[in-house]
Amino acid sequence: MSAIVQPVPRSLGRRVGRRALDWFPALVVFALGIAAWQGLVVAFNVQEFLLPKPTAIASAFWDQKHSLWGAGVYTFKEALGGFALGSGLGILVALLFAAWRPLGRTFMPYAVAANAIPIIALAPIMNDWFGLLNPFSKMAIAAVLCFFPVMINTLRGLTSVHPSSIELMHSYAAGRVSVFRRVRIPNSLPHLFTGLKVATVLSMIGAIVGEYFGGPIDALGVRILNDSSYGNFTQAWAGIVMASAFGILFYAAVAAAERAATRWHPSARVFQAE
Amino acid sequence: MSAVVIKGVSKSFPAGVTALTDIDLTVEPGEFVSLIGPSGCGKSTLLRIIGDLVKPTAGSVSVSGKPSAQARREHEYGIVFQDAVLYDWRTVAKNISLPLELLGWSRPRRAARVKDMVSLVELSGFENHHPWQLSGGMQQRVSIARALSFSPSLLLMDEPFGALDEMTRERLNAELLRIWDETGSTVIFVTHSIPEAVFLSTRVVVMSPRPGRIATVIRIDQPQPRTAATREEPRFFELVTQVREALAAGGAPLGETQEPALVEEPA
Repeated sequence: MSAIVQPVPRSLGRRVGRRALDWFPALVVFALGIAAWQGLVVAFNVQEFLLPKPTAIASAFWDQKHSLWGAGVYTFKEALGGFALGSGLGILVALLFAAWRPLGRTFMPYAVAANAIPIIALAPIMNDWFGLLNPFSKMAIAAVLCFFPVMINTLRGLTSVHPSSIELMHSYAAGRVSVFRRVRIPNSLPHLFTGLKVATVLSMIGAIVGEYFGGPIDALGVRILNDSSYGNFTQAWAGIVMASAFGILFYAAVAAAERAATRWHPSARVFQAE
Repeated sequence: MSAVVIKGVSKSFPAGVTALTDIDLTVEPGEFVSLIGPSGCGKSTLLRIIGDLVKPTAGSVSVSGKPSAQARREHEYGIVFQDAVLYDWRTVAKNISLPLELLGWSRPRRAARVKDMVSLVELSGFENHHPWQLSGGMQQRVSIARALSFSPSLLLMDEPFGALDEMTRERLNAELLRIWDETGSTVIFVTHSIPEAVFLSTRVVVMSPRPGRIATVIRIDQPQPRTAATREEPRFFELVTQVREALAAGGAPLGETQEPALVEEPA
């Protein structure tokens, strides 16, 4: 019998340790990048309105951490709402298209065409429809942005099933629902998560750009816009840092859910470094 | 009652290709019948027609006295493909219990049966492994355990060991005969290896291509149980030669079938 890859049992402490070690090179690059930024801004005396020093951004961030956090949470809620709405709808439509192919053939061209519209251009319209101060106007933009990547990836996962997998289910006289539940849906999970990870970033973009066209004063996008209009570039950058932090954490949370849901996938294979 | 009765089965595909023409074959309970022939002789199509996965253009198939469609709905057969077709998201134990879930067995009953099947195919200790953690031969044993888990009267096998190396194949051949002996099922086995067909079968059905038809049926009279020594008996080589000549006579160019070259013929 050929070699068998055993999952490597490891304590939580060692796992965290190894994870930190995996991240070490990336962290070094990050530190070097920030140092280079700081060094270049000081050396060439770059004006603040062009590019502030990282230390200045950090201190602005620290001074306003409470209000920035509040603004970040407000905007993240919009992004999360839009993500849930758009992804949920994307999954639902993918299931319908996979279950009933003529439906897909009829409506797919429209889904593709709708995706080609620069959706950000609809932001002022959404603000008009749902109200500038209503968070739903930003959720709607984020939802429209999330819909397509989730739908198209999930559909691919639901339909790219090996024919003998389906033949096997037929040999057991399994019904349609059973084939979906036991084969198509589990098969689609890795694809679904690819779409969801793209959607996390898009939902943050949708919410913030929506806010650029107007929103409550304590929303992150409105703050960034106002700070830069009044020449407070360092504060604007601090807002961008907060927006990025939420975006990265959102992505990381979905990636963690993916790992938990698709442990069975061959890509979960652990290679021993030793 | 015969295990399988095939009467006047033909199959043409819409493109105008005739895959099978006028097939008649009866398999008795407990037999091990191999279908052998070159690519394009329709042997896999015939297996799928028996399993009601492909509809014949003409003719009829009955399995355990029932029309094939009814036999499929009533779980009269288990099937093993060339690829193990294991579901990546299920462990070994859960792959084996899939048909039992579909049959609505209770959890304790499923667990007990899975335990038996895992030991039947000698995979105890691997119940919680995922398919990618197993070698090709082990995956195929899981697939066999799954096909037999609900004790079907008939086992359909479509080149199950075709993708495995020769040593693994020979060991699984011996294991399959042991399982066949222990379970008493009827087996229909598609292969393009002459020694494999001769070693395993009680009868070898030699098919010829374009259009697919049965050229001849050769009874394998070697005694049971068969062991590694069986492969070295003069009678084994005689039967291998007989099958090869039947294939050649049926229009299969020699060398098109995959088989290890026999270095010497016994005196």
